[in-house]
Amino acid sequence: MRWEETVVEEATADKEDTSAPETVVQSSVPQPKDDFQEELVIRPLHSGDIYASFQFRTLWETDFMRGNKVSHYRLFPKSLGQVISKFSVRELHISFTQGYWRTMQWGQPFLPSPPGAELWVWFQDSVTDVDGTWKELTNVLSGIFCASLNFIDSTNTVQPSASFKPLGIGNVTDHRFLRYATLPREIVCTENLTPWKKLLPCGSKAGLAVLLKSEKLFHSSFHSQAVHIRPVCQDWQCKTTSWELRQTLNVVFDLHTPGQGKLEWSLFKMFSRTLTEACPLASSSKIYIDITDDPQGEQFEVSPATHLLSQAMVLGDRRTFSVYDLTQQITFGTVRSLNLLIRWKSSEDMLRPLLHAERYVAGYGLQTGEIHTLMYNNHPYRSFPVLLLDSVPWYLRLYIHTLTVTSKGKDNKPSYIHYQPSKDRVRPHLLEMLVQLPPNSVTEVTVQFERALLKWTEYTPDPNHGFYVGSSVISSLVPSIVAMDTNSTREQPLFSSFFPCKEESSYFMRVYTEPLLVNLPTPDFSMPYNVICLTCTVVAVGYGSLYNLLTRSFQIEEPSPGLAKRIANIIRKMRGVPPL
Amino acid sequence: MQLQLFVIILFLFSPLVPQENAGQFFSSGHTNNWAVLVCTSRFWFNYRHVANTLSVYRSVKRLGIPDSHIVLMLADDMACNHRNPKPATVFSHKNMELNVYGDDVEVDYRGYEVTVENFLRVLTGRLPPSTPRSKRLLSDDRSNILIYLTGHGGNGFLKFQDSEEISNVELADAFEQMWQKRRYNELLFIIDTCQGASMYERFYSPNLMALASSQVGEDSLSHQPDLAIGVHLMDRYTFYLLEFLEDIHPSSKANMNDLFKVCPKSQCVSTPGHRTDLFLRDPGSALITDFFGSVRKVEITMETINLTEPIQQVEQNFVNEERQKETYSYVDQLPVSEIIHQKPKQKDWHPPDGFILGLWTLILLVFFKTYGMKHLKHIF
Repeated sequence: MRWEETVVEEATADKEDTSAPETVVQSSVPQPKDDFQEELVIRPLHSGDIYASFQFRTLWETDFMRGNKVSHYRLFPKSLGQVISKFSVRELHISFTQGYWRTMQWGQPFLPSPPGAELWVWFQDSVTDVDGTWKELTNVLSGIFCASLNFIDSTNTVQPSASFKPLGIGNVTDHRFLRYATLPREIVCTENLTPWKKLLPCGSKAGLAVLLKSEKLFHSSFHSQAVHIRPVCQDWQCKTTSWELRQTLNVVFDLHTPGQGKLEWSLFKMFSRTLTEACPLASSSKIYIDITDDPQGEQFEVSPATHLLSQAMVLGDRRTFSVYDLTQQITFGTVRSLNLLIRWKSSEDMLRPLLHAERYVAGYGLQTGEIHTLMYNNHPYRSFPVLLLDSVPWYLRLYIHTLTVTSKGKDNKPSYIHYQPSKDRVRPHLLEMLVQLPPNSVTEVTVQFERALLKWTEYTPDPNHGFYVGSSVISSLVPSIVAMDTNSTREQPLFSSFFPCKEESSYFMRVYTEPLLVNLPTPDFSMPYNVICLTCTVVAVGYGSLYNLLTRSFQIEEPSPGLAKRIANIIRKMRGVPPL
Repeated sequence: MQLQLFVIILFLFSPLVPQENAGQFFSSGHTNNWAVLVCTSRFWFNYRHVANTLSVYRSVKRLGIPDSHIVLMLADDMACNHRNPKPATVFSHKNMELNVYGDDVEVDYRGYEVTVENFLRVLTGRLPPSTPRSKRLLSDDRSNILIYLTGHGGNGFLKFQDSEEISNVELADAFEQMWQKRRYNELLFIIDTCQGASMYERFYSPNLMALASSQVGEDSLSHQPDLAIGVHLMDRYTFYLLEFLEDIHPSSKANMNDLFKVCPKSQCVSTPGHRTDLFLRDPGSALITDFFGSVRKVEITMETINLTEPIQQVEQNFVNEERQKETYSYVDQLPVSEIIHQKPKQKDWHPPDGFILGLWTLILLVFFKTYGMKHLKHIF
């Protein structure tokens, strides 16, 4: 207890020093600067649910790669810093998600993620054995995040050839150094949240992270926590790089009481906590509430009211936000605690998301089936290209000659196809296609498959649950309604500066489909026991009876005499007379 | 013997150590504590086994053992299971009084990772080199280890995940391996399954103490269902064990004889058993906190220690000046034209397949048969 208080005191003393160079040691050279920002965006959704997105960003101007060992960690967590330098990682993106993001009801998320666990890593070009390094990295990460990431091996890792370009800066993109894997079965629970919270500079003791209580976060329709590490430009000239660590947590809360009139949500209702202070180590700590749908204040009512407004270009749209700055004491008012209350009326019409995808398995029986992927382009007159990445496990044997891509009933030939066939028990299928989606249409991709019979030791302990196939990833450049901001170093809120923006007329987006649950032909595991019992019974009864019949012989035997006769026989024996 | 000699020497040569603590200081002989807590059952109706393990985890953490010294293995996820009406919680008492899952839990092995092989590897220490530290039992010959197993069992075996079993012979051999490799000082083994006493019948290594919730031929029963959650919440033996441990605090002097009295037949319906013949000390002198708590040997000293000078950092030219400044830029996320004109990946060259080699050999043989060997010199 005492130890923790001391840490907080030091932190408040350092609050003023976050921008000044650290002079821990007596030297003339300043330590690399690091900076921590936190923000929370709350967006009421049209379905009546409420979407909260936390982002915590640590920027550090250091160089893990240049040989001098980094030994003094301040805001950047040491466990991740050691992972980056030991495995020569250029970029690391890992996410744990529970639930599926419903694009048609909720719109687009700020940071998409597939159900389960997803890990993709770009290694530096100095790495010689990428596969070996990848295996060690997954084991180390499984220890850091308390997840079974050690199940990631060559049977579910792929090397995409065109998707997943680096999100950080870099000049070379040789896809030999990229690895991508998903574990759709991975469960997310408090044991994953606990180490994630411990990576934050203030832990879960101060700032926005106090709201992260697992009992409320996991009682939601969608929960996703992620860690993204990448090198970014320090300034507009972009001659030097700094490392950026973003920890994001997206959660969508259910609305339990549907009713007419205004829906009411507060921070206390969502998180069972209110805010009392910003993290003392943060240079900026803000809450944004999306009020775009109602700028006049008729539908929306936010209390305590704030006059700070900000506009940001996010997801191709210009949106207005009311801002609460937690570093200012007046935000907390006289009660020294902030409990935001939002009352709003949801409007029926929502802007339809421009890109949307679905996937399902068709067919019957346990031998064959067909995977259908549908991609919807809801733009009225513009067409745009999408890159579809499909990674199917080896036990679904795809027949690629049956692959068809149709839009509006006509054949749509992809301009780029990359297919890597699977190898049993070694590699999964990898299919990447660049398809141009015509405006206002549905594009359907179908491929037939056959189910394999696994060896009996390869079945999971609950094989009748089914086997998962990871989500398809659809990356695309979607035309935007308003001109996007290409100046990447202007002060922007964190949620709008994740994907780098190169052109003004379109923005980059990634959509994930549902994972598939497929039943494989499962043997009856009780059969060996049944067979042994039956065989042993038959042998015991049949052979035993036969043996007795063949070898048993009958002898006549006198019944044993009574007591008096026995005594008489003894006397007669003594006398030497034959017995009775 | 050597230990007692050491104690006497210390008594004579260090008058600073308070007399009344010196005896306790060296009585147990261990310097660190470890715990391996395993739940072996899968599926929602085995909720009580996960609750058993988590309640022991909670007690052990509360009494001082840190997460880095606990290897927690849960074969299935009950807290965030879709059938759980209160997500992220695992309750041990009905009416949802005590949430043993808590807010600060670290599970080291979960789901399909809980197998007999992994359990035995953790115990013996034979793990692949890339296993992270949190998944290893890094005990030494001065560690007291608590091992707790729960699940479904029978006479001489314990079922793991409904698909494999561990037998009492394997377990006894694993403990012998640990003894030979000096991986424990004293080991307390607690098992809460049906016919649990059969699991410790075969132990033969020294310094082992074992407790079981039922004798051979008896079933361990569960405690009480919760109608809101719909399953039984805890097993009887562990329920009363948890109640007993809730009264223990880190400086408690309760000893093992009190632990043997937990859950008599009137409460447990089965007869709990224990085995102490392999344990070298008297169970009455072994404290509960020797296994469930963590050692806190604090020595107060009056000496002053001079801190060294702060490290002088060598003048590093942050190589910004020397390196020529190259401008970096963000990568284009979907470069359509580049992708379309991408050259296909060079396939690695493989030596020709056996069939092709055989075919070429045949062709060459036929050629030379027909035309004779003297034509060879025209080729070479």
